[in-house]
Amino acid sequence: MEDIGNLLHGFSVALTLQNLAFMLVGILLGVLIGVLPGLGGANGVAILLPLTFSMPPATAIIMLSCIYWGALFGGAITSILFNIPGEPWSVATTFDGFPLARQGRAGEALTAAFTSSFVGALFAVIMVTFLAPVVARFALKFGPAEFFSVQFLTFCSFVGMSGSQPFKTVAAMMLGFALAAVGLDTVTGQLRLTFGSQELLRGFDFLVAVIGLFGVGEILVTMEEGLAFKGGAARINPRVVLDTWKQLPRYWVTSVRATLIGCWMGITPGGATPASFMSYGIAKRMSKNGRNFGHGEVEGVVAPETAAHAAGTSALLPMLTLGIPGSPTAAVLLGGLLIWGLQPGPLLFVEQKDFVWGLIASMYLGNIVGLAVVLTTVPWWAAILRIPFPIIAPVILVICAIGAYTVHNALFDVLLMLVFGVLGYLFKKLSYPLAPLVLALVLGDMAESSFRQAMLLSQGSLSIFWANPLVGSITSLALLLLLWPLLGRLLISSVTTE
Amino acid sequence: MSEHHPNETPSRVTMLMADAAVALLFAAVGGLVIFDSLRIGAGWGDDGPQAGYFPFFVGVALVVSGLVTAVSTLRYEAHWHRAFATREQLHRVLQVLTPTAVYVGAIFVLGIYVSSALFIAWFMVRHGGFDWRLTVPVAVGVPLAFFLLFERWFLVALPKGPIERMLGF
Repeated sequence: MEDIGNLLHGFSVALTLQNLAFMLVGILLGVLIGVLPGLGGANGVAILLPLTFSMPPATAIIMLSCIYWGALFGGAITSILFNIPGEPWSVATTFDGFPLARQGRAGEALTAAFTSSFVGALFAVIMVTFLAPVVARFALKFGPAEFFSVQFLTFCSFVGMSGSQPFKTVAAMMLGFALAAVGLDTVTGQLRLTFGSQELLRGFDFLVAVIGLFGVGEILVTMEEGLAFKGGAARINPRVVLDTWKQLPRYWVTSVRATLIGCWMGITPGGATPASFMSYGIAKRMSKNGRNFGHGEVEGVVAPETAAHAAGTSALLPMLTLGIPGSPTAAVLLGGLLIWGLQPGPLLFVEQKDFVWGLIASMYLGNIVGLAVVLTTVPWWAAILRIPFPIIAPVILVICAIGAYTVHNALFDVLLMLVFGVLGYLFKKLSYPLAPLVLALVLGDMAESSFRQAMLLSQGSLSIFWANPLVGSITSLALLLLLWPLLGRLLISSVTTE
Repeated sequence: MSEHHPNETPSRVTMLMADAAVALLFAAVGGLVIFDSLRIGAGWGDDGPQAGYFPFFVGVALVVSGLVTAVSTLRYEAHWHRAFATREQLHRVLQVLTPTAVYVGAIFVLGIYVSSALFIAWFMVRHGGFDWRLTVPVAVGVPLAFFLLFERWFLVALPKGPIERMLGF
C-alpha cells in the first residue's frame, strides 16, 4: 500500500502546470519524430537530451519519456497510411494496417492501433508500478558480482534470442564495449585506445553513436530504396472512433496475449521490435481469422501495436531498478539520468522518490494525453508526410548534425556521426543488430566497474560468480542463453541424423 | 530490403565481399584493442585488475567473432553471387552521402548555419528539382529557425563561421 501512496505523491509531482506543458510538447515532438523517417525514439531523444540539461531532472525525464511515448504512437501513423514503418517496431503494423487503409478503412485501423497501444502501455505501467519497487528492494542486496551477472545476463540474452547470426550479435556488442573503453580509465587514470589523439580523450559518446547509427544510417537506407511517399488521406471522426471501440473488446484474448509478450520482451532486453513481430505471428497462428491476416484484419493491427507499446513501456522497469535499459531508447534515457547526476539502480527508489514516482505517474498521464493528441491530430501528421523527401532529408540531416554537436560542443563529434551513419547503413545491409552495440556502449563502463569490483573481492577468481545460489543461477542462466544458438543447432542436427 | 529493383544492374560488390570485409574489420579492431590493452597492462597489478584487463577480453571476443563470421560467410553459398546492392542503389546512397560529407566538412569552415542553408538548397534543387521560389525560403528559413531556437531560446552556441562574425555574432 505504501506504493499507492508513493504513486499519489508522484501524481502531485507530475501534475504541475509546467510539467503538463512539457508533457504535451514531448508528445507532439515524439509523434513528429515517429512520423519522420530517420528520426526515431532513440536518436530523437538523444538529439533533444542536451536541451534538457538545465531543466530539473523530473521535468526533463517527463518530457523525454513523453517523446518516447509519442514516437511509439507516431510509428503507427506512417505504417498504416503510407506502408512506411517510421520505426522498426511498427513494421508488423504495416502487414494489416496498410491493406485496411487501402480498403478505405484507415480511420478504423488508426483508432485500433492507437487504442491498443494505449491498452498495452497502460497494463505495462500498472505492472511497472507494482513490480518496480519489489525488484528495487530485492536489488538493494546486490553486490558487484550480482550486478555484473545481471548485466552479463542482459548481454547473453541478446545472443540467445537474436534472430540474426549469433556471432554478428557478439561482434556488434563487443564493438560497443571497445568503444566504451576509449578514453580515460577512471580507476587507474590511464589513457586507453586513444593512440595519442586529443579528440579521442573524451571517448565515444553513445548519443553521437545513436544519432549516426539510427539517424544518418536510416536516411541512407531510405535513400537506397529510392523511396517516395505515396499514401491515402486520413480522416478520423468521432463516429469511426466509437464504432471501432465497440468492436475492439472482441479481441481481448489477443490483447492480453500481446501485453504479456510485450511486458516480457521489454523487461528482458528483447525490445519492442521483436515483441511486435512475435505477437503478430502468434496472433496469426491462434486467431480464427488467421488466414485473413495480411489482407486487412483489425486484429492484425491490435496484436503488434499492443505488444510494441507494452514492451516499450516495460523497458523502463529494468532501467530504473537495475540500471539496465531494456531498449535502445531506454538506454538513451539512462544516459540522461547519468548526465543529470542520478545513479540509476535500486538506490534511486530510496534517494530520489520524487523523481521515480513522478516519472511513473507521468507514464499514466503521458499515455492518456498521447492517445487524445494522436486521435485528434492525425491529418496534420499525414500532411507532414506529403512534404517531398528532398526537403525532409536534408533538414533531418541538419538536425542530426546539430544534435551530435550539442552533446559535447565538439565538431569532431559531427564527423564521428557521419562515420557511425555509414556503419549503421552497413550494419542494416549485413544484418548486424544495432541494439546490442548501443547497450554495450552505454553499459560498458558500468559493466566493467562491477566486473572489476567483483574481481577485487575474489582476488581474480571467477568462482565469485557462483559464490551463492542467487548469483550462481543468474550466471548459469546467462551462460545457457549465450550457448543457446549452439545447443539449438546441436539438437536440430541430432534430430535430423536420426 | 534485399529485394532488388527488376531493371537495375547489380553492382560488382557481392554480399560475400561486403560481409567478409566488415567481419575482418571487426577482427582488426579487436586486434587493435588487444594490442593497446597489452600496452597498458592486461594482467593483475598490485591494486587489482590493470586498466587493460577488461578490454583485453573484449578484444579477444571481437577477433573471434569477426573471424568466425568471416569464415561462416564463405560457407554460405547464397552470398557468393548475390550483389550487395544494385549500382543504382549505391549511386543513390552516394548521392546523399557525398553531399553530407561535404556538408560536415563545410561546418568546420563556414559554421553550421551557412552550411545548412547551402546543403538544403543544393539538395532541393538537385534532387527535388524545385525552383528558387521554394528553395530560398526553406533553405534560409530552416537555419534561421534553428538559430533563434538555439542561440536565443536555449542559449546553446552552435559553431559559427566568418559570415556570422561579420554580422557581429
